[in-house]
Amino acid sequence: MSNLTLLMSQTEQALQNIKQQQLPLLTQTTDWQSKYRILMQLGKGLPSFSPELQRDELLIAGCDSKAWLLHEFDQDSSRHYWAFDSEARIIKGLVTLALCQLNGLSASELTQINFQQLFALQGLQQNLSPSRQNGLHAVIKTLSMQAGLLD
Amino acid sequence: MNFDLAAFRAEFAFFDQNPDWVYLDNAATMHKPAAVVAAETEFYQKFNANVHRGAHQLSQQATQLFEQSRDTVAAYVNARSREEIIWCSGATAALNQLAFGLMGSVLQPGDRVLISAMEHHANIVPWQFHCQQHGVQLDVIPLTVNHQLDLAEFKRLLALKPKVVSVTQVSNVLGHIQPVAEMVQLAKAAGALTIIDGAQGVLLQQPDMQQLDCDFYVFSGHKIYGPTGIGVLYGRQETLELLKPLLYGGEMIQQVSFSGTTLNQLPYRLEAGTPNIAGAVGLAAALRWLQQWDQSAIALHKQQLLKQLYEGLAQLPGIELLSQSSKNAGIIAFNIEGEHHSDVAALLDQQQIAVRAGSHCAMPLFAAMHKNGAVRLSLAPYNTEQEIVRTLLAIKQVLEILHG
Repeated sequence: MSNLTLLMSQTEQALQNIKQQQLPLLTQTTDWQSKYRILMQLGKGLPSFSPELQRDELLIAGCDSKAWLLHEFDQDSSRHYWAFDSEARIIKGLVTLALCQLNGLSASELTQINFQQLFALQGLQQNLSPSRQNGLHAVIKTLSMQAGLLD
Repeated sequence: MNFDLAAFRAEFAFFDQNPDWVYLDNAATMHKPAAVVAAETEFYQKFNANVHRGAHQLSQQATQLFEQSRDTVAAYVNARSREEIIWCSGATAALNQLAFGLMGSVLQPGDRVLISAMEHHANIVPWQFHCQQHGVQLDVIPLTVNHQLDLAEFKRLLALKPKVVSVTQVSNVLGHIQPVAEMVQLAKAAGALTIIDGAQGVLLQQPDMQQLDCDFYVFSGHKIYGPTGIGVLYGRQETLELLKPLLYGGEMIQQVSFSGTTLNQLPYRLEAGTPNIAGAVGLAAALRWLQQWDQSAIALHKQQLLKQLYEGLAQLPGIELLSQSSKNAGIIAFNIEGEHHSDVAALLDQQQIAVRAGSHCAMPLFAAMHKNGAVRLSLAPYNTEQEIVRTLLAIKQVLEILHG
């Protein structure tokens, strides 16, 4: 198995675990300190990119930290898969949250998703500074393009 | 005269409207005292008209206010004459005008320009771009291990006879004050034209152009309590005459025919289009307002805040300070070891502490320091001791969340 395939399957596995174990905690917690702690734990659970996969062509422009996004469309199942890594822990946590909702969906399932609500769902968007928001908008835009929802 | 902090702070309505915030992003932009807001409002409400060209008294009145504002700036910086004050949109616009305007008229292929590793992108990229097009060599003064300009290297680079030396008075990232007076003298002795980027330095003390004796000095209004979109390009009259205008059109022109155009005299020759009239009036109001306060008492208060913040940070575990506290204009750049600056800033934002994080438009400086970025805390005299206490507690909280 190539590094890339391995990363994609490890990411999918990790997201399943996160959805079951950590995501419920995030919605239950009310104080902001715990919310951020859990969010960063979420990101920690997502496999990191090895140095050879931290390629410039995978970088998302517009993030104030370096962030890499990898996308794969599985022809056999007609489903979309992603892997993500970032130098910054909060952004990694937030994108992990988004991928919990997106990974493994088909093209038609993805059209049902409101991409602007991926982070807002958890009431976290209000906590994000404009530069970080811009970074997240860049992530959302890239995700939507890869999902075939934008030209 | 003593410094009445409560009275000083009461001049800024912003703090009444945002009582829960600690604003430590003053190097990005400062808040505006009531006098500035009132001057701009009054201009629009009572005197709004275009300047210099109207056939009516309203235009003459607006022109008078606009030109009086130029006089206020000229007096503030101790220029030799009002013609030495050119309005522009800010320090970035001024530096772009200088880099463009000196190419060909002063700088020929094979000539050299000297800048430093500490510059804001606005004092790097225009030079880079125009130097490349004109075959001019761009040299860079490196940093010492303490993140100061290396003066020995500066002297060595001056021996290469640069035609222009353009350096910042204060690092916008680190707050370090540079010995620009000494540098201007050395550069002049080497035969170079001198440009000082005063964006962060103009507030240090009232700048005195005749004493500093540089050829050009630039600053932005909004970093000295004034409005955004207005700034000043100061130049000695004889060196301003050397500049090719970057923009053409409007009052800068005397006569136009299709066989040729005659340009107006200074300062108008370098002020194309309708200027930011209300901005100029607002900036003059800011300078007049600032002069009402005891400058040394203001400076002392800011230094006390800096000391309190610096010592407080130094006591926290895992804080890496990039700034030094001595000869510092009130800016502290730091990182938390092993953490990304954007995480630190987000967790401070959550606690309503406004800071800046990133490379602060000075990527070459971060490359020289071998860092990706930093969190920057920048102080103003309206900040309080209690705000520093709150900031230090917030940073402690960040440490607990990141390490917990």
